[in-house]
Amino acid sequence: MDILITGLLLGGTYALIAVGLNLQYGMVRIMNLANGELIVIGGFAAFWFQTAASVSPLLTVFLVAPVAFALNWLIYTVMLRPLVKRAKSRGQLEVDAILTTFGLSFVAVGVMLAVFGGDYFSYSYLARPVELLGATFGLNRIMAFLGAVVICGALYLWLNHSRPGLSIRAIAVAPQSARLVGIDVQKLSALAFALGGAVTAVGGGLISMFLTLDASTGVMFTLKALIIVIMGGVGDMRGTIVAALALGVLESFVASVLDPGLTLAAAYLLFLLVLLFRPQGLFGRGQA
Amino acid sequence: MKRDAWQDLALGAVLLAVAACLPWFGGSYWLSIGVTIAMYTVLATSWALFSGPTHYISLATTAFFGIGTYTTGLGIDHLPYWVLLPIAGVLGAVLAGLVGLATLRLSGVYFVIFTLGLAELVRQIITWVQNFSGQKGLYVLTDITEADIYWQLLGLAGIVFLGGWAIGRSRLGFALRIIGDDETVARHSGINTARAKVILFMVPGAVAAIAGAILAPRYVYIEPLLAFTPMLSFQVVIMALLGGTGRLWGPLVGVIPFTFLWEAISASFPNQTTLLLGLCFLLIVYLLPKGFVGLIESVRRWAKSREGYA
Repeated sequence: MDILITGLLLGGTYALIAVGLNLQYGMVRIMNLANGELIVIGGFAAFWFQTAASVSPLLTVFLVAPVAFALNWLIYTVMLRPLVKRAKSRGQLEVDAILTTFGLSFVAVGVMLAVFGGDYFSYSYLARPVELLGATFGLNRIMAFLGAVVICGALYLWLNHSRPGLSIRAIAVAPQSARLVGIDVQKLSALAFALGGAVTAVGGGLISMFLTLDASTGVMFTLKALIIVIMGGVGDMRGTIVAALALGVLESFVASVLDPGLTLAAAYLLFLLVLLFRPQGLFGRGQA
Repeated sequence: MKRDAWQDLALGAVLLAVAACLPWFGGSYWLSIGVTIAMYTVLATSWALFSGPTHYISLATTAFFGIGTYTTGLGIDHLPYWVLLPIAGVLGAVLAGLVGLATLRLSGVYFVIFTLGLAELVRQIITWVQNFSGQKGLYVLTDITEADIYWQLLGLAGIVFLGGWAIGRSRLGFALRIIGDDETVARHSGINTARAKVILFMVPGAVAAIAGAILAPRYVYIEPLLAFTPMLSFQVVIMALLGGTGRLWGPLVGVIPFTFLWEAISASFPNQTTLLLGLCFLLIVYLLPKGFVGLIESVRRWAKSREGYA
């Protein structure tokens, strides 16, 4: 029971990160491998405001989100749109996007190393024990989970019930035809990419409340987010959330029963099973 | 076989023979640079054999390399050294085959993601096993000198070039070029695309493992973090792409300048190597999408067209 709740709490935050990535990959078709660095940047911001000005990380998020939004919008319009235009095929774009975002991720790590050094950073915020169903959990984990629930819920409603949200989903299904029905593909793609980045960075801010980060941990988050997105189904928000919770539970199970050093191996096992048996994702219908 | 092909072969053999003289003329500094260049040549060229035609970016070099290093580390006390190299090669090929079977049937992105974490996965498992046995690292004590390592790597490079040359002329190489151009066409003309890709992916897997096994005596002390340095995979990708994967000798053109640049940067700004890697990735995508080879060939074409007018 203990493990289950810890896992669900962790999975909730994973869901936030993966939903951000899924907006970028599932909707705009840009595999953003710099995703993990955004998390670390969000975490850095939260850490910095908390230690220097003792601003609550829950408030910092309101600053991080617009900044990350603007940054990702810039990245998409300046760096990625030329690639989308020059790509002859989907595969070509994938290779270019992978290389570019890898480049961006290394540049981000390099800059962070230069600015902050290679130390781990963590701070103590809301590290109070809370009683929940007969076991104790850190209040910060619960707050992060609640934050994730609110954001994922809002995003889900927006994608399913608002006009821009529905348009973005139309782009995800058929980018060529979306244009025919009067959807501004370029503008909305940039919007979805930027929004995904903002969600990811906010996730980073929330995660930093209870996890220790350093400049080069980003790639681990990228990997986990990618595994979750593929497992949940590319472009499928509901699947992403279920997959994130499953990964969170599995990880805390492995960490407490086997060895905390094997969490990635657990994630990979899940990944392998998905690749072998359901490559289209948990709720996917056949292969495109 | 055309005369050009024989000329290429002879030229390659002569260059290899010249390179083999380095230990007698260069000092220990040049020898150590030579070992690094030979190692990256082997890794980048074998990487490009698979990733060049198929456009599947493999980030698993570190995983295979580390497995090779551990093969030597664990086996050196029990088996003769010369047996360990083929064992490493077989292990690398088997792992590559398994990874290929799981991912290469699907889209390229899954393959990239899987290989991205593979080294970390193997490292975690080895660390976990070591925690059981209580052993932290391994000592590899041999009387193999740096020059021996250098010659072995050159020999391996020769095999890789020869193998790449042969694959390029075989049915498999032809099939892969078609797959790279258009996978649907390849499938419709009766090529078993998944099988061709898996078989070819085993080549860099085996080669990287053998390279790791050869280099193990150089490290003397082996531990998971050293054998599975995450940077290695990325360096190999950059060198191969910087040189250009369109030609067999392309990666070599990337390896040599990049090795010197890397040595210079890590000597004076050790913390900025990550930044350098990042900038190189961006440089490749935006300015050199076909690498130095593409650049050289377009300059050549330009020169030729000017000659035509003169």
